[in-house]
Amino acid sequence: MSCLNCDKKAVIELQHGNLCRTHFLAYFEDKVFKTIKKYNLIIPKDKICIATSGGKDSLTVLYLAKKYCELNNLSLDCLFALAIDEGIENYRSKTLEDLKQFCKEHKIILNIISNKEEFGKTLDEAYPVINEGTKKKPCNVCGVWRRYLLNKYARNYGANKVVTGHNLDDEAQAIMMNIFKANTKLAGRLGPVSGEMEHDLFVQRVKPLYFCTDKEVRLYTLLKGFKIQFAECPYSHSGYRYQIQKMLNDFESKFKGTKQGIIKSFLSLLPHLENSDGQEIKVCVLCHEAANQDICNACKMKEVIQND
Amino acid sequence: MIHFLTLEKMQITIKNEKDSTIHNIDFNGSSVGQLLKQLKINPETVLVVRNNEVITEKENLRDKDAVEILSVISGG
Repeated sequence: MSCLNCDKKAVIELQHGNLCRTHFLAYFEDKVFKTIKKYNLIIPKDKICIATSGGKDSLTVLYLAKKYCELNNLSLDCLFALAIDEGIENYRSKTLEDLKQFCKEHKIILNIISNKEEFGKTLDEAYPVINEGTKKKPCNVCGVWRRYLLNKYARNYGANKVVTGHNLDDEAQAIMMNIFKANTKLAGRLGPVSGEMEHDLFVQRVKPLYFCTDKEVRLYTLLKGFKIQFAECPYSHSGYRYQIQKMLNDFESKFKGTKQGIIKSFLSLLPHLENSDGQEIKVCVLCHEAANQDICNACKMKEVIQND
Repeated sequence: MIHFLTLEKMQITIKNEKDSTIHNIDFNGSSVGQLLKQLKINPETVLVVRNNEVITEKENLRDKDAVEILSVISGG
């Protein structure tokens, strides 16, 4: 089976046709760069913090954000990587090793912040205690702490934007999760640019891989020769997202274009959702970070483990 | 005269990235897509590699082929 554009062997079947190695790499990079331009994800004078874990998505977005800056003569002094070490045994340490090596090879400054240093316990240590008191699942604790640390340290290091590796699959899952749980306020915060509210304590989050599927991203890393170990979070199967992911992949294999359809429909609805949040931004009385209530969720969880 | 066409079973070596296992299977079909179906793997979730080359679902396999199955889903 040959490529749509030449007679070389195809490496992927896409809805619009099959592509060989060379044409896939060009198609993928062009799609990411067009997304960055269309939504102004990276513009001159931005100071960019790239949220990284060492997985396929974050290495790809790290590499392509740097390449985009180089191609557009944007200063690379304004780009750094930030990783959160949640403290999950036999998982995060593997991906962080790959990340350190990658940043060294590509001359990118890397900062690593850990839950242990910030909150006093690793996720493995904190989760059972928090779960006992609040019934929160590990992914809830991990997500709240990770978003908190990324926002806080991106801002402290002077960034005005956080670039994340969220891809089309992640976003389609998040949209469906919010629909199934009737979280319309949260849905309004999704999209290629999120956290857009103008507030001194918030750093805008942008997603250059917004239109790239899991399969495309993994293929890109493979063809580019990025070193990625398969490492599975021991908590991943306990989350609601895992069930949605399985459902969407089953649907996609039967009805091609399902995930793309979810994204397209969502983007046409997004302008109507963006202003529906209406939530007042407060400042946490304990840590002075942004909060929905007097005490932010990250501090509430920290209090539970301190009182244990 | 009636000709009966019988598909001979192929033997395929499967290296699975997810659980780091290698095993041989008897394969009754011909294409990568049919192999994934036999293994009950959703093609949306994997890439298949043979001799360091990514191959698509429609690609035909040969007896004694060794393929690696890579997960496209991040583990987090």
